[in-house]
Amino acid sequence: MGAQLRLLRRRIKSVKSTAKITRAQELIASSRIVKAQQRMQAAVPYEREITRAVTGVVSNTASVDHPLTREKEQPATAGVLIVTSDSGFCGGYNANVLREAEALRGLLEERGIRAVPFVVGRKGVTWHTFRSREMGGRWEGFSRRPAYADAKEIAGVLIDSFKEEDGIDEIHVVYTEFVSMLTQNVIVKRILPLEVEEAEVAPGEAIPPYFEFEPTAGDVLNSLLPRYVESRIFNALLQSAASEEASRRRAMKSATDNANELIGVFTRQMNQARQAEITQEISEIVGGANALADAAAGKE
Amino acid sequence: MAKLRVGVVSPEREIWSGEADMVIAKTVDGEIGIMPEHAPVLGVLVEGGVLRIKREGESDLAAAVHGGFISVANNDVSILAEGAELASEIDIAAAKDALQRAQASIEADNEDADARLEAKRAAARLRAAGEEV
Repeated sequence: MGAQLRLLRRRIKSVKSTAKITRAQELIASSRIVKAQQRMQAAVPYEREITRAVTGVVSNTASVDHPLTREKEQPATAGVLIVTSDSGFCGGYNANVLREAEALRGLLEERGIRAVPFVVGRKGVTWHTFRSREMGGRWEGFSRRPAYADAKEIAGVLIDSFKEEDGIDEIHVVYTEFVSMLTQNVIVKRILPLEVEEAEVAPGEAIPPYFEFEPTAGDVLNSLLPRYVESRIFNALLQSAASEEASRRRAMKSATDNANELIGVFTRQMNQARQAEITQEISEIVGGANALADAAAGKE
Repeated sequence: MAKLRVGVVSPEREIWSGEADMVIAKTVDGEIGIMPEHAPVLGVLVEGGVLRIKREGESDLAAAVHGGFISVANNDVSILAEGAELASEIDIAAAKDALQRAQASIEADNEDADARLEAKRAAARLRAAGEEV
């Protein structure tokens, strides 16, 4: 009986210290979500303006013919940019992204396209090296706090490979969209070649103005499109960073809740064991005293 | 007279926004001055240029702009810069230091593209802050 009591005490102590850690992680993640959201908000004006500028150029030029918008007739390889996290403790965050990436890989292979993964985040890199999958590129160390320079570097590698004759023909990105604290969705999107959509201007909506270009429309497009791709990738990184912290917060919250529940169960078991021990001791004492009393009565 | 609504944004944050009477920026074709009712323009800015925003009753606002675009439409001027610093945010001593270091590495290796870029940026910072380069 004494042994069981000691065992339970030890387990309660260890669960309590785990709960302390997960609780701290939860609080850290909560404060980081706020910061990640602020960074996402801060990037919105640039995204809006660059989208407007691209729309402006495209709607001003009769036919857009640029390497980044040109569709290959027979795409043979596709680059897939997979955004995962550097550290764990974030529930199903990485598993969800990697599952979608695998599904995309299957879809591409059905179309006869070889998928080349470009991986961001240590977890995704480990996942790929463990399965000895070749990667077209790997980046680690900024999943929690991506800088624009990181997005620029990734976009540079992807665009260079896209422009090469025997490089990749399509670029897809798999990332986690941050909708709210509670909802994050894995998004699979093709970013290159850029799709030029023909759209009718709805009545009442402003017609894109007729721009003059400095120096020429082609030159503007040449420098604008890579920036646009960078901005899309930066957006994916920022959304993923916020989603990562949100999943971490949720995972750590349920871990803390579970630990507290476990502590409750163990405490009850421990009290029961202690009570049982006391009851037994009392009955032993009473039994012993009775035996002594009987013995004394028998002598007289 | 109508005013220009100006926004200077970089990918990581909005740097400045407000109303102005005139915006002067340097595109790859040369300096361009934008006043209200300007025709829509979309231009590519040079690496290491200085942006000036003139406002009524207030001193001019200067900023070092490192590459990017200027788009003008319906009195909305937006400067999309990869990196931009307002004159008030620039640390002159640090910029001078950066310029010297970049020039030293250009002298050591004439093909050093990074150092050339860095020198241009540092010079733009100093010009925006009102220093002679």
